[in-house]
Formats: sequence, structure tokens, C-alpha cells
Amino acid sequence: MNGTAPDLRTQALGLGYALPALLAQAQQLAAALAFGAHGRRRAGAGDEFWQYRPAQAGDSANAIDWRRSARGDVPFVREREWQALNSVGIWADGAQSMQFASDNAVPQKANRAAVLALALALMLLRGGERVGLIGGAPAKTGRAHLGPLAAEMMAQNNPSDYGQAEMAGGRAAHLLYFSDFLGPLPALQTAMMQAADRGARGAMLHILDPIEESFPFTGRVIFQSVGGSLTHQTQSAADLRARYLERLAQRKDELTQLSRSLGWDYHLHHTDAPAIGALIWAHGAISGAAR
Amino acid sequence: MNLLGWTFAAPALLWGLLALPILWLILRAIPPAPIRRRFPAVVLLLGLDDKTRTADRTPWWLLLLRALAIAAAIVGFAGPTRAPLGGAAQSDRPLLIVMDGGWAEAQDWPALRDIALQDLSNAGRTGRSIAFLRLTDLPQPPLWQSADTLRATLAAAQPAPRAPADFAGWAALLGDQEFDTLWISDGLNHAGRGDFLAALQSKGLVEVAVPARAPLALAPAAFEDGQIILSALRQPSAATQDITILAIGTAPDGSEAELARTPAAFASAAGRATARLSLPPELRNRITRLEIEGQRSAGAVSLTDDTLTRRKVAIISAAADTEGLQLLSPTHYLTQALAPSSDLLTGSIAQTLTQGPDTIILADVAKIGADEATALTEWITAGGTLLRFAGPRLAGTEFEDGQDPLLPVRLRAGGRATGGAMTWGEDKTLAPFAPASPFAGLTLGPDITVSAQVLAEPDPNLIEATLAALADGTPLVTRKKMGAGQIVLFHVTANAEWSTLPLSGLFVQMLERLAVASRSDGATQAEVLGGGPWQPQRLTGAFAEMGDGTALAGVDGDALWNAMQTAPSGAVPAGLYLGATRSVALNIIGKGDTLATFDWPSSVVLRGPDQAPPAQGKGPLLAGALVLLALDIIAALALGGRLARGVAVIAIALLLAPAPPAQAQGSATDFAALRATRGVVLAHVITGDSEADQIAQAGLRGLGEVLTYRTSIEPEPPVAVNIETDDLDFYPFLYWPISASQPLPSPAAVEKLNRFLRTGGMIMFDTRTGDLTSGPEQDMLQLLTTGLDIPPLEPLPQDHVLTRSFFLTSSFPGRYEGAPVWVEAAPQSTLDAPEGMPFRNLNDGVTPVIIGSNDWAGAWAVDDNMMYLLPVGRGFAGEEQREYAYRFGVNVMMHVLTGNYKSDQVHVPALLDRLGQ
Repeated sequence: MNGTAPDLRTQALGLGYALPALLAQAQQLAAALAFGAHGRRRAGAGDEFWQYRPAQAGDSANAIDWRRSARGDVPFVREREWQALNSVGIWADGAQSMQFASDNAVPQKANRAAVLALALALMLLRGGERVGLIGGAPAKTGRAHLGPLAAEMMAQNNPSDYGQAEMAGGRAAHLLYFSDFLGPLPALQTAMMQAADRGARGAMLHILDPIEESFPFTGRVIFQSVGGSLTHQTQSAADLRARYLERLAQRKDELTQLSRSLGWDYHLHHTDAPAIGALIWAHGAISGAAR
Repeated sequence: MNLLGWTFAAPALLWGLLALPILWLILRAIPPAPIRRRFPAVVLLLGLDDKTRTADRTPWWLLLLRALAIAAAIVGFAGPTRAPLGGAAQSDRPLLIVMDGGWAEAQDWPALRDIALQDLSNAGRTGRSIAFLRLTDLPQPPLWQSADTLRATLAAAQPAPRAPADFAGWAALLGDQEFDTLWISDGLNHAGRGDFLAALQSKGLVEVAVPARAPLALAPAAFEDGQIILSALRQPSAATQDITILAIGTAPDGSEAELARTPAAFASAAGRATARLSLPPELRNRITRLEIEGQRSAGAVSLTDDTLTRRKVAIISAAADTEGLQLLSPTHYLTQALAPSSDLLTGSIAQTLTQGPDTIILADVAKIGADEATALTEWITAGGTLLRFAGPRLAGTEFEDGQDPLLPVRLRAGGRATGGAMTWGEDKTLAPFAPASPFAGLTLGPDITVSAQVLAEPDPNLIEATLAALADGTPLVTRKKMGAGQIVLFHVTANAEWSTLPLSGLFVQMLERLAVASRSDGATQAEVLGGGPWQPQRLTGAFAEMGDGTALAGVDGDALWNAMQTAPSGAVPAGLYLGATRSVALNIIGKGDTLATFDWPSSVVLRGPDQAPPAQGKGPLLAGALVLLALDIIAALALGGRLARGVAVIAIALLLAPAPPAQAQGSATDFAALRATRGVVLAHVITGDSEADQIAQAGLRGLGEVLTYRTSIEPEPPVAVNIETDDLDFYPFLYWPISASQPLPSPAAVEKLNRFLRTGGMIMFDTRTGDLTSGPEQDMLQLLTTGLDIPPLEPLPQDHVLTRSFFLTSSFPGRYEGAPVWVEAAPQSTLDAPEGMPFRNLNDGVTPVIIGSNDWAGAWAVDDNMMYLLPVGRGFAGEEQREYAYRFGVNVMMHVLTGNYKSDQVHVPALLDRLGQ
């Protein structure tokens, strides 16, 4: 990723303030969450007042709201609204293939992924959600978490050429994948299946460099992956173009199919496009408007 | 190694050409490298094979391009040279390089030496041994050496300021070895050259190179009728040639300057061009040398000696002791006429003769004693000019045998009066001067009349002797040659009694021509032989530059006379020699010399001056190789598909090439200078501490107001100066508040400050702390003044002029009071000044620095409304302190601007007191 943690944070703040605060959709299994900050429109553990109800047997004496009870003859218990926190897990692919920009005018894919991830994290944190990196430290709430999050994202240095999605922890109710999805598909599929098995919902943002869409090469070329592990030599790059584009389309198709089959959202984003478009989409995907 | 006329400096390199076929094969096998591209989606490409697979070989034309480039580089580095065919350069016998090395080669010396160096290189390539002779040296046998050893000698060889001589001596030392000769000659016909050529030809082939430009020379100047006659020499040729001759001498300021210039033209087939230069005596006396413009050779320079300078004229009058009005004195007009251009001697004939006059004027002296006459005759014969004027005494004298030998003609006793109140006749006028007369060309004024004259007896020689005559044919001026000298008689008086001639300008011109004509032939043999030893003063260099000869040993008269009769040599170089009584110029070109072309026999190979230098193949071949390699770069880029990018890089590099910096600095500097010179401008140094700078500015403004209000100093608004960039020369006074944070001045700024201090500027350092003993400002003050040229200091004494230059004050407060103020210490010598001199008198009375800590600017500071910015002390006492601060400021400015005037002023009462007594 180009840029330091404070840099990333500044860029993410700039994007995050452009959208209203986001409440993650509370549409999750109650069991998945120990406690939450979302009003569940039912009584439970929480901070907000929900209702008074007459005391029942079994209510502890501590639970009785004496001020309310004094107005009548019946003791009342003060119930609070059950609030649950939505836990969001983010995977911003930091593999070598993401550390690529075809031009100085466009950002690296990894940079774009990190900015988007942090912007979204900021909005989520502002909405009181718990946000964490998949495979990283446990999800936490509070805006102060943004800094450690960015630092953690910076620290993730994946020396392999292509990123590998994983389903670590599994506590997250909502998963967000930012990647170019050039890695092996079956592994991705497995990770997503596992997540879906646990009831997590998710969204995939497919980030591509414009050059990967246009393939403007001619002549004798040795193509080399960013990490250097893979090379491909050709005498006439122009001849490859049609077949490459065919394969790329096929890859996109497979990703779409995969996401659809699991009820996830899929979106294709190019680094030469404004980041805000992708953020709006991610906002929609998290809040459920995209479906 | 010799290949089709090409020789190679490093023929071994050519073996490298054998490697070319191998290189061809290798290059052919290696196709141009593919571009490496980073591409993250390469995983999608894996397994995609090329549809067509062509054999990858470097195209043949690219191979050819590269092979050619390398071949050109190899051949180029081998250093091919194509020497001219034929001549001594092509043989394999030892090569003798002979250069005349005289003044005539100086003009083209670099070109001639290059010819020699080229032949040296060519001969060295073929391993010939070489010797080098310079014919202006003393004869010596040739020393055979390798080209490399000789190259430095030859490259450092310089021409000598003389002509090649002693060809016979050279010929005797040539040895018996066979060799070929390259003779780089000046082309002039020096005596003995033909014999030496024959000697060289007996050893082998002789090739001759001559300079492209024929040398010009300047003969010594001569005098004729008051004009300088200049003769330029050349080898006679059919072409006409225009030259300019410069007279160079000492300007009034002591520097050497061109005093006059005159054109001269060589007619077709002429070897001599003559010009006449008429100069006022004052200018003529200054001439030290004459030279041909644009000629850098010793022969084109002619030093002048005493020949052109003031001469001694003795004026002797028999009526010296008679009383009379000055205007009637027989010698008054002569003195007036001659004093500007001559040294006048007075006294008796015997007395003046001992001082070696050039001319003796006898004004109406009739009787000359026998001893004196003998001495005079001897002196005239040796070259003196005796100028006599008639008068009543001469007219009234009867000579025993009819003729006085010291008169040019026999005089008829009594003379005659032709005009005036007592005669019937009228005043006679002058007849025009005859062309043969030295006065020819002078214009006659109509108002010159002659009323009386002495008459010459008719004589067959009278016409010949007459230089000027009256309109009736009677002689007015007659002359007789005697030995090397002459006797001239004016048949009228030297005053205005007999004629109006002495009143006219013509009289002066006539005297000038006569007096000047007396010494046109330079030093005589007797003078040279007897006048030694002769110390060289200035030496003529081969390139016409003037060298100092005073370090050389003197030359005795014999040697100098010999050199003057023949030519300068190594022992007696050309130059100006100073003897006991006069100076003598020894020039390369003597009086009667001419320049003649030597006719080379047809048996020598004459290399023309326009001979092309040997063609050097190295440069073009390497350039070609570079061009081919550049083409290869373009071709390789094109093959690899990277041409557009390469072009872009080159374009960017060209765009980024530095543009010439804009010049806006001048106007700003000029503006500052204009502002600083509009009046007295107080200045303070920018410290970088904005508060200190503001207070300093405000303080100087306040002081300026007070000065304007109370004194005649009316300063302009103060300025802030940056000691690094601004010019300090405009300011008399710099106030320098010390800030602990200011940057130290650069060495250049320190130098500028020192210059400022030395040229009368004053800097007032102020630490603004009230304490000069410690503190960060004190440390900074020490650092700042480290490099400054500050004299020894002392605390401001109570009798210093600063205490009374305008106000009488004994304290120097600013916002603080009491800390010592340091100024330049009085030098020890004035400390023991006599009583009654209470004031110092140093360095024009101005101390270059005042160092204190009283924050004067703070006390002076006012804002735009003239309100005080900073409080001083408390209450009325504080205002009084501020008043004294202003008074001290006024005193300082008075001190700066008036120098010692104020300290001198204190003596005025005492002086007036004394005058009163």
C-alpha cells in the first residue's frame, strides 16, 4: 500500500464524512451476538429505556423502579431495549497483486481497497458498530478504533502474489471483501461458504486496474506478476488480448455467480473511477439497500 | 604502418577488426530483449500460447549497423592520419626540424609551430629520430631524439626578438649524418642563408615552410623639418597594403596609451611605406615607442630614445646686463617660444657648452672670444646647431677678414633700415618659403613686416644658404652646414625691434623646425662608446611585448655600438639602454635595413603557407560510430515497441533544460541605491528578530525627527539593510541591535562590513540589555564581531569628542543608563599630546564602532504619530533620560557626519584669543 497509516486515515476520514452515519442492518441471528447496541424493539440488555411493566414474580428487587412504582400501587419494573452490536469484518486484500498501479494518475489497487475499507469502517464505527479486520484483532467499537484499524491494515504485509480470503473467527455478522479476486477461486468459495454457514452475510468489491480491463500490450512482452512468482512470455501480446478479455469476463462471471448463490453483493470497481461510487455501493450493501 | 597514405597512431588496435565476424555471430544469435511488464493479472494469461511462433533473430540491417559502428570505433581509436604525400615528411631518414625562430616568425608562430609539431608527430609514428634547431640560438650540433622526447621542447619553443644569424656557424656543426630537413623559415633574405641551405641539401632532402603572412617591420623614426618620419618595411610585392602606425607613450596619468596614429600605404612593388607624423612637442616628448598596428612581432616595434625628447637650448645674449623693459629684452621672445618644448640653459658660452646643449642661440652677440669660438666650432662640427640673431651690435661690427666663421654668410657692415619713421621706404614683407627650405609649408601671416635687417654680401653660395627671404629677395634666414652641425642666422633681431616676426606664431614654428632638425640622426659613435656602461631599461619581446631589463647586466659601449651597427643579438638584446647622459634605443630594424624575400632554389620542396594539415581520421570516424550507435538505439527502441516512450523521455529532458534566469535584480538594486543616495539615510541592520528590527526602525525615525528639528542634518526616512545582499557604501551610519537569534554574517558580508568600516562608516552595536558583561546578546556580539576589523577599544572617555560634538553631555543613556560605552581607543602617540589639546584627533576623528548596551533605539523609538513607543525610566526623570538619549544620538550623528571638524572647532576660541593678542 502506498501511504502511511495516518495518510490512509486522513483519506478515509475525507470519504467517510461524505455519507450519513450508517447503522448496520440488524438482521442477524440473536444468538450470534452476545450484546448489541442496536435497538431490537424488544426488551433486553441495553442502555435505552424501553418500557415499564408491572413487576412479576422472579424479578429481583433491584429491578423495581421505585419512582414509577410510587405513583401507583403496583410495583413497576423498568425495562430497557435490547440492543445488539453488529459486528463487521473487513478483508482488504494486501497481496502483491494489489500493490499495482498502471499509471501514476491512478492509485494502487491496495490503496483504493484500504481507503474504501477504512471509510466504511469509519461510518460503521460512527454508527456504533463493531469493526475488525478478518484475521486480525477482535472487532471493536468506538471511533478511536479507526487508528489501530488503519495501522493494522498497514501492518498486514502479504508477500504472496495473490490474496487468500479466509473465514477466521467467524464472529462477524457481516463480511466485506475488497480484492481483485485474482487468487484461486475454490479457496474463496470455501471461505465464503463457511461464512454463509455461520449465517454471515457479505459483499465483494472487485477492484481492478484499468490496464487489466484494456490489456493495451503489443509486441514481445514478458508479463511478470508483481511479486515476481509468475511470468508469461509472448511474442505478440496483441494476439492474446481477445483471449485474455474472455478469461477476465469469465472470472467476473464466476464471482457474480458465487456471490449470488450465497446472497452476497458483488460490485466491480476500477481504480480510475472515483472512490465515492464504490463507497455508496458498499454503504448500500451493508445497509441492505442494494438488494 | 602505412595504408593508402594513411598512417595509424596505434596500429595494433586494428587487430580488433578480426573480432567483428565473431561479434556478428553473437549479435545475430541474441534477439532484441523483450519488454518486461508487471501485470497482476498474469495468472489469467497462464497457458495462453502464441498462435504463431517466429524465429527470433536480430534483423540483418541492425546487425550491419552495429558492426559498422564498432568497426568505425576501432579504426577511429587506431588514430589514422593521412600525411601529405611527398617531401621530407615521407622519407624514413632522420628528420631535422629547423626554425628560424626570429622576430619575423612571431606573427605566425602558433601556425608555424603546429606545422613543426605535425611533422614531428608524423615522423614519430614511423619511428624516425628527430632533432630541432632554432637558428636564433648560438650554433650547436643537432641532438637526435625521439619524437616523444622532443615534443615538449618543440611545443614550448618561442621565437627570439632578433634575426637568425651565424648561418656559417650552424652549417659547420651539422655533423656527417644523412638526414632530411624541414626548414620553417621566415622567408627573409638573411645573410648566409643560401650557404646554410646548401649545407642542408648536401645531407638530404630539404622542405621549406614559410609563414602565411609576410612580416612587416618598422624602421627607426627620423626627424625632418619638425615632423616624425616613419618608415614601414615589407618584402616587395605587387599588392598594395595599407597599415596604421601607432605612437605609444606615457599618458598624463602614467599609464601607457596610444598618443597618435597615422596611416601608411605600401605602393605596388614597394618595400617601404613612409608616413609623416606631426605632433606638438609635449606629445612628442612622451612617445616611447612606435609600432605597426596589429603586428605582434619585435620588428614591428621601434623604440624611441632621446631622439624625440626635449632638447637643451642655450640662450646667450650680450645685452643681458643692460637694464630695460622686459619686452625689449633681446631674448624675451625666444624664451617664450622655446620654454614649452625645451630645457633652457643660460650663462656664458663656455658654461653652457659643458652642459651639452643641442642648440645655442646667440642673440645679437657680435664678439666671440677665440677660445670660445674654437669650442663652438668643435661643438658645431659634432652636431650642434648655432642659431644667431642680428641686432645693432652685429650690424655695427666690422670683421677683420670680412667674414666671421661663425656666421653663415658674409655680412655687409651697417645693415639697413627699410621702413620706419626715418626712412622713405616701407616695411618689407616675407617672400613665400622655397620648397627646399626647412620652413616649406609654413603659412605667412600678412602682418609680418621687417623694418631693418643686416644684409649679406652678394655671394655665389648666398642663394643656397638662404632659407627664407624678404619679398625683395634679400635673405632673412641663412644657414651654413658645418660638419654634422649647422649655423643659422636670422638677419633680424630676436625681439620686435626690427621686425614683427618674433610676435607671430610663425617665429615659434620656424624655431621648432630648426631646433628639431638638429638631432635627427640619433646617438653618435662617440656618445655610445663613451657613455657606457649601458643599462638595459626595457627589452623588446619577440611578440612586441615590453619586458623589464633592469635586472640584466649592463652592456659596454663597444658591444652596444656593434649591435647598433649590425643587429641585436642574444648578448645585446633589442631594447632601450640607459647610459650616463642619454638613452639609446637598439631596434631590430636598423636605419638602412630593408626586407628582401629569399629566393628558394627549385631544388627545395616549398610547402605553401596554405598547405592543408594532415587529415586526421579519428574525429570523423568516432563521430560516425556515435551516429551509428544513436541510430542503433532508435532502431532497438522501435523493434522493442518502446520508441514512443523513449522519444517522450528525450522530449521531457529537453523541456527541463535550464532556462536562462530572469534578470529583475538590477532594477531593485538601483531603486535601493537611488533611495539611499537621495540624502543622509540612517540605516539599521536586519537581525531577523522582527521586534528588534521594528524598534530599530522606529528609533532611527525618532532620532531623524530630532535631528531635523534641532540640527541642520535632515535625514531621509531610515532604511533596513540586509548585510548579506545590500550595498553598504551609501550609508554613513549603521545601527546594529544585537539579537541572540540572528544568523552570523557570511564571509562575504564580513568583508563588506570591514570595507564599510575602513572607508569611514560607523557601526553602533547595541545589545539592548543594559549589561555588557554577560548574557546571550553579549555572546552573540562577540561572535558577530569576530571577523570585523575593529580597532582597540576603550570606555568612552569624558574628553571624547562624542561628549561635545553638538550638545555637551556627560552621560550616554538609552533606555538603560550606566553601562559603559566603548569606542576606539586613542592611539598612544596622541596621549602625550601637549597640554591644551584636550580632544582626540584620530582617523579623522571618527571612531568606527560604538559598542554599548543601553538600548538607544528603544529610547528614540516613536510611532507614526511621533508618540514614544517604549517607556524610559519613571516620571520626569525618565523623560530627562530620554532627552539625554536623544542628545547622545545627535552627538553621534554629528560625529559621524563631520569627522574631525567638530574636534577642531574647540580650538577656535583659543585661536581667536591668540589673534586678539
